[in-house]
Amino acid sequence: MKNLIIAATFGIFVGLATLTPFSASAAGPSVPVDKANNDLSDKESLKKGFKTYINYCLGCHQLQYQRYNRTFTDLGIDEADGIANYMYTGENPGGHITNTMPKKDAAKWFGSTPPDLTLEARLRSPDWIYTYLRSFYIDESRPFGVNNTTFKDVGMPHVLQDLQGISTKDEYGKLSPAMGGTLTAEEYDVVVRDLTNFLEYVGEPNKLERKAIGYWVLAFLFFFFILTYFLKKEYWKDVH
Amino acid sequence: MLMKLATDFMGWIDKRLPVTEAWNKHVGQYPAPKNFNFWYFFGSLAMLVLVNQILTGIWLTMNYEPSGDGAFASIEYIMRDVDYGWLLRYMHSTGASAFFVVVYMHMMRGLMYGSYQKPRELLWIFGMLIYLVLMAEAFMGYLLPWGNMSFWGAQVIISLFGAIPIIGDDLTLWIRGDYVISGATLNRFFALHVIAMPLVLVILVFLHILALHEVGSNNPEGVDTKKPKGSVKPEELSKFKFHKQYTDKYDIVDSIPFHPYYSVKDIMGVAGFLILFCWVMFFFPEGGGYFIEAPNFTPANSLKTPEHIAPVWYFGPFYTILRVVPDKLGGMLLMFAAIGMLFALPWFDRGTVKSVRYRSKLHLVNLIQFSICFVILGALGTMPASPTANLIGVITTCGYFGFFISLWFYSKNENTKPVPERIAD
Repeated sequence: MKNLIIAATFGIFVGLATLTPFSASAAGPSVPVDKANNDLSDKESLKKGFKTYINYCLGCHQLQYQRYNRTFTDLGIDEADGIANYMYTGENPGGHITNTMPKKDAAKWFGSTPPDLTLEARLRSPDWIYTYLRSFYIDESRPFGVNNTTFKDVGMPHVLQDLQGISTKDEYGKLSPAMGGTLTAEEYDVVVRDLTNFLEYVGEPNKLERKAIGYWVLAFLFFFFILTYFLKKEYWKDVH
Repeated sequence: MLMKLATDFMGWIDKRLPVTEAWNKHVGQYPAPKNFNFWYFFGSLAMLVLVNQILTGIWLTMNYEPSGDGAFASIEYIMRDVDYGWLLRYMHSTGASAFFVVVYMHMMRGLMYGSYQKPRELLWIFGMLIYLVLMAEAFMGYLLPWGNMSFWGAQVIISLFGAIPIIGDDLTLWIRGDYVISGATLNRFFALHVIAMPLVLVILVFLHILALHEVGSNNPEGVDTKKPKGSVKPEELSKFKFHKQYTDKYDIVDSIPFHPYYSVKDIMGVAGFLILFCWVMFFFPEGGGYFIEAPNFTPANSLKTPEHIAPVWYFGPFYTILRVVPDKLGGMLLMFAAIGMLFALPWFDRGTVKSVRYRSKLHLVNLIQFSICFVILGALGTMPASPTANLIGVITTCGYFGFFISLWFYSKNENTKPVPERIAD
């Protein structure tokens, strides 16, 4: 009997192993991405990312499922400070992080309406966002004069160009800086990492709480399992 | 004093409704073979997951909005604004995948130990009906988050019915309630998902258990523990007290009452299962993109097809069988035939020896190749089509059907080992 289980398990693993080469595109993006290495528990990074988002992204991209005051609480921002420094659109602190861009016009301006980004990190992964924002290059054939190696023919201009500068792409697809921005390459990576971090937080604000509870639940269940094991053993003494 | 009050109260109830009688018949004095192994945990675990789905489903319904405009936002409302809404939602989404894991293991047990064979054919059929309704339930539930994969997955599956000659187009229109998948489709799927299917599911589970208790549980040895009345020496009878419904008709050997022996054992199984379940739910709720697919984090959009439309993993095997046939109608027929084969399994197997332990090497090999093919078919279902994948798909589809067909041929005169009279200690 044991042999059957072992043989079946082995067979299933061999079967799956032969399929692995095909599964690369089963989940996740098809372009290679860099590791963001962001840290959700780093509140300073999240705050900076939030600020960058408000300054550069919110004009076009809403976070329509996320509330201001929830973000303040989770990021450790005092409400008065939040209203003064993070809210420029005159909404209620309990309201969602939205903008007033007319959707139909936006679709005309950019080719399609800029998507809501609340769940972007869950849709494409934080690593993808981190890579995407560092992959713009000059392409005069595009309406805004830029293209992106991670998201081909994207409708969006390089909004962070002031900070990063702009790159050119050589025939091998490699990017090299053509014009510097106000930040060095390392400083720019940090800004993008913070922004990515913020977007991962917004994608699932409960992520840290979820894991924290998870450890307690698992600890309890291990204890409970041991208890039930001995309970079973005690009862089954009559059977044997 | 208090004891007497409780006894009197139960007496009062029992005169009006046979509660104690039913408890004894199905739990307290139900004879279960004493040699259940690891594979026998999955029946009770399936019940646990069913209860989990129903309870978390009720609470999710309290905040979910079944409309094309509001569904997606209401899920995010549950994830962010409802207290522990994220936990309810992940319990439900992880529970859906866990349900299929558990049910597939439960079915594998049936295959290994011949639990579908005479006299348990009807029991098996009820089980297969549960599986079928479960697939419908899961399919409809998957549309409700109204994500882009929900939308396109449903689009692909419903359009299959369009391949049926003559009535195809009208049938798809009838299912969708609209010319495209729309809020109307969402609303009817919601109604079916939260009321119709669960109701049918609970009734079928009830019948599954009643049918089980009528014929009695099989066991890993495939040995009959119900011997003809009077054929067993009194000192060899099981020392435990069983309900007279069973002892009046049979001499019961090698069995123990379900409660407390298997109830405590199943609680241990539940604890072990919950460790795995909670580990996934708290740390990998998306299940690596297989339990919650990434494109579902963007709302349904009829103009934006996901790069690769993949059904959820548990439909994988049947989706692959569907895809290996170049013709849409032919593929659909083959897919339904694949499920039909499982229904007809008790009649494909013409053998009398139940457990794989006492059957031929050929049967063991056949069973192993079947499980490997099933897993590979499932994996292929989640991958994009390619010529190589298609070739593997064709081979494993042959393996799938070959299991049943070869079984029919060799089981009649199979070279089996002698089955012992009793379960050894």
